[in-house]
Amino acid sequence: MITQLPILQVVIPLIAAPLMVLLRHGTAAWLLAVGVSWASLAIALGLLSEVAGGGLVSYALGSWPPPWGIEYRVDSVNAYLAVIVSMVAAVVVVYMRRSVAEEVPQEHHYLFYSMYALCLAGLLGIALTGDGFNMFVFFEISSLATYVLIALGRDRRALMAAYQYLIMGTIGATFFVIGVGLLYLMTGTLNLADMAARLPDVTDPRPVLAALAFITVGVSLKLALFPLHLWLPNAYAYAPSAVTAFLAATATKVSVYVLLRFYFSVFGETAVFRALPTGSILLALSLAAVFVASVVAIFQGNVKRMFAYSSVAQIGYITLGVSFDSATGLTAGIVHLFNHALTKGALFLLLGGIALRAAAMRFDDLRGMGRLMPLTSFGIVLGGLSLIGVPGTVGFVSKWYLVVAALEQGAWWIAFLVVAGSLLALAYVWRFVEAAYFHAPDPKMAAGPGEAPLSMLVPAWLMIAACVYFGLDTGLTLGGAGEAAQVLLKGKW
Amino acid sequence: MYEIGSSLALHPGVFLMAGAIVIALTRGAIRNALALLAPLATLYLVWQVPDGTAATVRFLDFELAPLAGGRLSRLFAVVFAIMAGGGALYSLKQEHRLELAAALFYAGAAIGVVFAGDLITVFVFWELMAIGSTLVIWSAGTPAAYRASLRYLMIHLLGGALLMAGIAGHVAQTGSIAFEGLSTNAPSHWLILAGFLLNAGAPPLSAWLPDAYPRASWSGMVFLSAFTTKTAVYVLLRGFPGTEVLVYVGLFMAFYGIVYALLENDMRRLLAYSIVNQAGVMVAGIGLGTETALNGVAAHAFASVPYTALLLMAAGAVLYRTGKRECGSLGGLARSMPVTALCGIVGALSISAFPYTSGFVSKTMISQAAADGHLLWVWLLLAAASVGAVLTAGMKFCWFVFFHRDSGLRPPDAPRSMQLAMILFAASCIGVGIYPDPLYAALPYPVHYQPYTGAHVVAKLQLLLFAVLVFFLLLGWLKPARTITLDVDWLYRVFGPWLAASVLHGLALLGGRGEQRLRQAMDAAWKGLQRHHGPEGILARTWPTGSMALWMMLLLLAYLLFYYL
Repeated sequence: MITQLPILQVVIPLIAAPLMVLLRHGTAAWLLAVGVSWASLAIALGLLSEVAGGGLVSYALGSWPPPWGIEYRVDSVNAYLAVIVSMVAAVVVVYMRRSVAEEVPQEHHYLFYSMYALCLAGLLGIALTGDGFNMFVFFEISSLATYVLIALGRDRRALMAAYQYLIMGTIGATFFVIGVGLLYLMTGTLNLADMAARLPDVTDPRPVLAALAFITVGVSLKLALFPLHLWLPNAYAYAPSAVTAFLAATATKVSVYVLLRFYFSVFGETAVFRALPTGSILLALSLAAVFVASVVAIFQGNVKRMFAYSSVAQIGYITLGVSFDSATGLTAGIVHLFNHALTKGALFLLLGGIALRAAAMRFDDLRGMGRLMPLTSFGIVLGGLSLIGVPGTVGFVSKWYLVVAALEQGAWWIAFLVVAGSLLALAYVWRFVEAAYFHAPDPKMAAGPGEAPLSMLVPAWLMIAACVYFGLDTGLTLGGAGEAAQVLLKGKW
Repeated sequence: MYEIGSSLALHPGVFLMAGAIVIALTRGAIRNALALLAPLATLYLVWQVPDGTAATVRFLDFELAPLAGGRLSRLFAVVFAIMAGGGALYSLKQEHRLELAAALFYAGAAIGVVFAGDLITVFVFWELMAIGSTLVIWSAGTPAAYRASLRYLMIHLLGGALLMAGIAGHVAQTGSIAFEGLSTNAPSHWLILAGFLLNAGAPPLSAWLPDAYPRASWSGMVFLSAFTTKTAVYVLLRGFPGTEVLVYVGLFMAFYGIVYALLENDMRRLLAYSIVNQAGVMVAGIGLGTETALNGVAAHAFASVPYTALLLMAAGAVLYRTGKRECGSLGGLARSMPVTALCGIVGALSISAFPYTSGFVSKTMISQAAADGHLLWVWLLLAAASVGAVLTAGMKFCWFVFFHRDSGLRPPDAPRSMQLAMILFAASCIGVGIYPDPLYAALPYPVHYQPYTGAHVVAKLQLLLFAVLVFFLLLGWLKPARTITLDVDWLYRVFGPWLAASVLHGLALLGGRGEQRLRQAMDAAWKGLQRHHGPEGILARTWPTGSMALWMMLLLLAYLLFYYL
């Protein structure tokens, strides 16, 4: 059983998706989705404990030994990521019941859950597979499911957002597959570990460099790195609330993992960061992401879109950590994967509660929310504090390590910019506080039903509580991230 | 993990903060009972804290010591817990539900600071204290209080930023987060000192205190008077004993407090200035740095919490019954509010360091330390400062509110719960004054000081008589008038905006071109920001799909270019 964990992680949601279509029943599909998500979390935790301390689990699909067959290859980096994805899934799936019932037409429910299971299968597949082409296939599975999920939003602009994401995502995936194809051409293998072993023997470096460029740009789009983030704000703003929360917490994180895997485990740290200016470009783009997206967020009129732009900025912090190419920097980036998944997931879940009550998500519609929905509003404030990086929240842990990593390199100005970025976050979080706490509520709203239903509040607050808990007890998250960073820097997969 | 959890649950500060949150969520009799019991339970927990580090928590790469006991910590924590209990009793009549909870949270955070064994814990509780106290001011519910609470928060966030920067620098240099004697030999330590002093009400930003505190409600200011400045005294005592610059800073504060209090008409603003005056004496004592001086400072901090609170309780009771704050429109209230007046007088005697009050047994220790060190000018200035304290908080407040001419007001005396709180605090002031030995036994160093010697008592009485004489001689001049006193806060409240406006105006007078240009430049900058980042700006609008694809191509080309070159 233990040896089958890697494949079970992917196959369970993958099989559940068509089953849900066959069931043709919303509630049954939801129950199945709950079971699948929780099972995924259990499996992911099992895998993480299996590889703890530098272990490696290799699973040959269909007993075809690698490099001929497809291999699932799990170390502490992707086990950590699978835990992030399945943890968010396990929380969000409980929340989905009420939120989806309100936002998606009844007849689409079973399809919605089916798409959700496919998306989960795709994301976990990307995380666990050790095969370049298989990774592309899972990229497509998760992306196609995502386009449908976004298009199910009740706002008519959701369709346009999904369409744009479809076009852009397809270009991104094409770039990725071109890169993988070039590598296949030069090395004759699709197995990533095998590829890494053969790359040093390649005599003509030009196609390899082209492959690196294609993969970098393709994945940068998927992870919404500035200036390729343009699909993200609308997709997040107009998708159903539960979808936004799930995607914001998982999809971009998985893409960051793919980038890390290719940089450190396939091409090798020396080739990517020492011989090429990748680090400097990534640094420049990350800082631009932090500042441009934060300032744009300050001026947004729609609170969901504001937090979407904040996601772009936070992704900038993650890639900033990666760009340092040091153990501390990588630890900061990887721990921020986890921390930002928690924070943004919680924030979008809470906003979903507001979406049930308010007419729209403009700041004018949020007036007096502090009084009407005290728990929801206070949760958003706590999540906002984590975005700012206030001590006692997970956001502080990430920022602290980023600053330490910057100082290690003697880059005082970057440390200063990280802190300045927090001030911008303070500005946009304050806009919510002002609308929610310093204005009288709309009398029409005041007569409304008030606080969000418990089935939505409890999952959201669970994540907020985790934001505070992991902000204080950093052993688990930092330990995992530190180990992942060590494994990546070792280079061998 | 379990052990850490249980020992932190027994952290008196955390316990009180958790209690405050429960109190915020309950109402009626349960809330009142909890509000009185929580500080008592906290007091019990304070006594249970052993000496040395009682709990450690790993955070990032550091071993934090959130709960570390010691003689000095216990002394401050005890008086803070007592203050929280007395204040809760006093403010049971307060109708704003948030205030008491915020105040107890604030008190819990202050206790957290005094039990902190490392700098990061100090910082965390320091910021929680700022939040709690801001909420206390905000709870007054008036627009003026709201604006004042924002100014207050800004100043304290600035202080927090200074402190954080200092701590980060200290950690970067030494790799240690232990909170022990810091010297002023490094820029990071200067930053920490600045952060601490800001909370003590030191120049140049002393004005936050008299600006914000009097705008709190009648009960809110009682709490505010106790914690922020006294925790600042505590951290200075622990971090910077014997730092010479503190002598000058402290004496400046003492005189600043007196001068402004003499000019002040609002009774609670007057008392706010005398808080600065008292804190100044303590800061100066820390600067002296001898054992007697540090003992004196600790004793004086312990003694000053109840009597300052007592004065503010009396003032609060007057405000509660009459709704008036200016000394000029009050007077003769002793007749109809005898208990309040009596308790106010006990507070006034204590702050004047009258023999057989708590002020006498503590304040004279600091003067004695100056005398022992043969610092004549410090001794003289301290003596002058205490004359000033008698004149302002002692005489001016009591005389103009409770005696002087009859204002015709006949309010009933304070409600029972408020009377009880005042009587308890008055009794403690006199109790400590008559029997100071337990207080002396609790001080950080062994005490070789005898308060009731003939020389001390006679010297003090002479000083007091002189002060009273001066007061009545100057009575006509001291009469409260409707004046506005200017302080540093005026610079950022009024002068800053005016300066900006008048620069524009001045430019207009210079021919209109300059102003136009400046306006144009500002408009252009704003428009540029809007054009790029605004809701419909280039970076915020929804792009056509084609141009998104174009960006991808550009980025790919850029990467290829960089890689091939």
